[in-house]
Amino acid sequence: MTEPLLSVRDLRVTFPTPQGPVEVVKGVSFDLGQERLGIVGESGSGKSMTGRAILRLIRPPGKVTAEKLAFQGRDLLSLPEREMRALRGARISMVMQDPRYSLNPVMTIGRQIAEALRVHENLSRSATRARVRDMLEAVQINDPDRVANMYPHEVSGGMGQRVMIAMMLIPEPQILIADEPTSALDVSVQAQVLDLIDTLVKDKGMGLILISHDLQLVARYCDQILVMNAGRVVERCAAGELDKATHPYTRGLLASVPRMNEDRDTLPTLDRTAWEGT
Amino acid sequence: MTAAISLNNLDISYSGTRVVEGVTFDVAEGESFALVGESGSGKSTVLKAIAGLAPEWSGEMSILGQPRGHGPDKDLARTCQMVFQDPYGSLHPRKTVDAVLSEPLAIHGLGNRSERIEKALRDVGLDRRFRFRYPHQMSGGQRQRVAIARALMLEPKIMLLDEPTSALDVSVQAEILNLLKRLRAEQNLTYLLVSHDLPVVGFMCDRVAVMTKGRIVEIAPVDALHHGDFTDPYSRQLYAASGG
Amino acid sequence: MHAWLISDSPASRLQASAGRFYRAGGLLLRNPLAVAGVLIIGLLIVTAIFAPWIAPESPVGQNLSNRLLPPSADHWMGTDELGRDIFSRVIYGSRITLMIVALVAVISAPLGLVIGAISGYFGGWTDRVLMGLTDVFLSMPKLIMALAFVAALGPGIENAIIAIAITAWPAYARIARAETLTFRNAEFVSATRLLGASHLRIIFAHVLPLCTSSMIVRVTLDMAGIILTAAGLGFLGLGAQPPLPEWGAMISRGRVFILDQWWVATMPGLAIILVSLGFCFLGDGLRDVLDPKSAGKS
Repeated sequence: MTEPLLSVRDLRVTFPTPQGPVEVVKGVSFDLGQERLGIVGESGSGKSMTGRAILRLIRPPGKVTAEKLAFQGRDLLSLPEREMRALRGARISMVMQDPRYSLNPVMTIGRQIAEALRVHENLSRSATRARVRDMLEAVQINDPDRVANMYPHEVSGGMGQRVMIAMMLIPEPQILIADEPTSALDVSVQAQVLDLIDTLVKDKGMGLILISHDLQLVARYCDQILVMNAGRVVERCAAGELDKATHPYTRGLLASVPRMNEDRDTLPTLDRTAWEGT
Repeated sequence: MTAAISLNNLDISYSGTRVVEGVTFDVAEGESFALVGESGSGKSTVLKAIAGLAPEWSGEMSILGQPRGHGPDKDLARTCQMVFQDPYGSLHPRKTVDAVLSEPLAIHGLGNRSERIEKALRDVGLDRRFRFRYPHQMSGGQRQRVAIARALMLEPKIMLLDEPTSALDVSVQAEILNLLKRLRAEQNLTYLLVSHDLPVVGFMCDRVAVMTKGRIVEIAPVDALHHGDFTDPYSRQLYAASGG
Repeated sequence: MHAWLISDSPASRLQASAGRFYRAGGLLLRNPLAVAGVLIIGLLIVTAIFAPWIAPESPVGQNLSNRLLPPSADHWMGTDELGRDIFSRVIYGSRITLMIVALVAVISAPLGLVIGAISGYFGGWTDRVLMGLTDVFLSMPKLIMALAFVAALGPGIENAIIAIAITAWPAYARIARAETLTFRNAEFVSATRLLGASHLRIIFAHVLPLCTSSMIVRVTLDMAGIILTAAGLGFLGLGAQPPLPEWGAMISRGRVFILDQWWVATMPGLAIILVSLGFCFLGDGLRDVLDPKSAGKS
């Protein structure tokens, strides 16, 4: 097997509290190639922290340590902040949950996307405009010239998220980290946005890390799945084999979701004592 | 038998803009009825109008046979209560659970407060030691239990549920859904549930109304969810997008 | 006792609120500047209470043979032009300062709080009228307006307090309104309305308690300004009247001798600086503890 795009070994994130340091990510390891990896967990499982730690976006006093955190063989932890900034966005991009908070409200959409490109590449004005146009078309925005001149508050949530994706993908990164990219969106829009990410990732041969609380969604859009609970990976399996999951937490999580053809009178709930301590 | 909630040709506006048009449905006593739709479909607005939080409406509305006025009122509080979506926003950040649960009793001058509060906590499955905690000392699911307990303090007949579990983790969602289902059976409550999550509706409700763009396009029994036999094209689209 | 206070599951209302104050107090004491503030304000209060026992001489007893003596072992801060011991006067002056500060806070903070909360909660016409009134007051410089009020009411310490209180409330009304606006559409307010609570009950029992912490911070920070305004009025001869040992009035009297007998004006000036600083430190510390918005950032 060739060298993976991203290699993570024993990643730990610690926050100091008055009661002593608390570890929110307790030794996560995985390799990511040109594939789609899903990280699933409930709130507080450390899934978002894992995504942020890869980009070194954990704010002090939080601390990130790892035996190995390498992107194409380069150690991300020892990289100076300036090179890290160049890497972020250009090589590894991140799409956050709510586009409304991630976009600058007083800048037009076109300028923001152009800005994302300009930081990493030196292009003429007209070439930049053309690239922005192409990118907006690629995220299936029908009228790219009109949308480029709009402000973030003038577009819907789904459109905003597409703009975010355009912004994140325009420097053509190798890895996209999507942290709950659709949980602020309606179901019908959700599928469109995820299909779009899926197509772009496949076409460009990128690696995708999809972070979500929704097991079914991750199973549909990913190749590999990591299930996290309380900072640890409790289960890793291929997406197709989710129904063969062995860990009681994963099984409990799967069972507790109501089904469309629900005939159970009560939903099974997690017995949290069953695996704590593992 | 009178309907618990009866809406006839209801139009609702926010500062002049009409957001809900011609909504008509009856919810029988003891029934669990759902309004589903995507954001902006007006489903929450209908709930707010019934509760009196969206007073700009016209049409007919009656609760247990009584015509409903436009604002919130004290008598309605005894028959109809609401549980909100956000367990973080629906509890006062500086009040203990005890203070939150005594408030309805104080407003309506009810006695036996201590016993009533303890009973309400038992009903929603919270241990007694939560009684004097502040919201920030509890998890989202525990807060939502407190919010449900508060709604039950006045022993209402009708509960309006506005996406009561959409802000919660799935494992906690299961606990809260079970709780709501059990309470309905025990206290013979009528539920009007607003949700965007069709499987949740399938678990909780008897009938479902699909809303889009401020209108109801279809009212169907919950079997439609189990078998996917909706007639309206929008309902089918929503059903397909939800993984049905 | 510690375990009882930090218990996760208090058994009574009393324990719950005691625990909250204990935790806030603990946070406050971890901040060195706030501790300095607490110590200074504590010193001010102790001094004010025990003034007769601390002060070596009467604050008004004149002794013309001891005029304008420099600081010495007998007179730690020297004597003024009438031979009064400045140290004793500064000590007694703390009573006046504390009274001014306390009365202004007691009058203006609740007034501003209620007006602001009503304005923010109801919005619409109520808001426009009340905030218009507030803006009229805010648009005039504090000291000038206080001067105008004292001039109208007549000089004297009581009138100075009333005048300062009248000029202080609009700022509090603005803060209370801004805070109220953030809660007005919160779900817990809607939930309380659905329980059948009246508007008054919501404002007083639910909205006001949420405004108080930022109000306490603001009032504490403003204390320094209040002391300075009171001193300014005293300095202009419109506040406390002689022979009351008010610090501002003392500086005013010392002005004449500032070049040759520097201590007459300097000593009460130092007292004003120290107490103002104390309130500022305490206010900053309280903000870190009480205001969760700024606490997360530091």
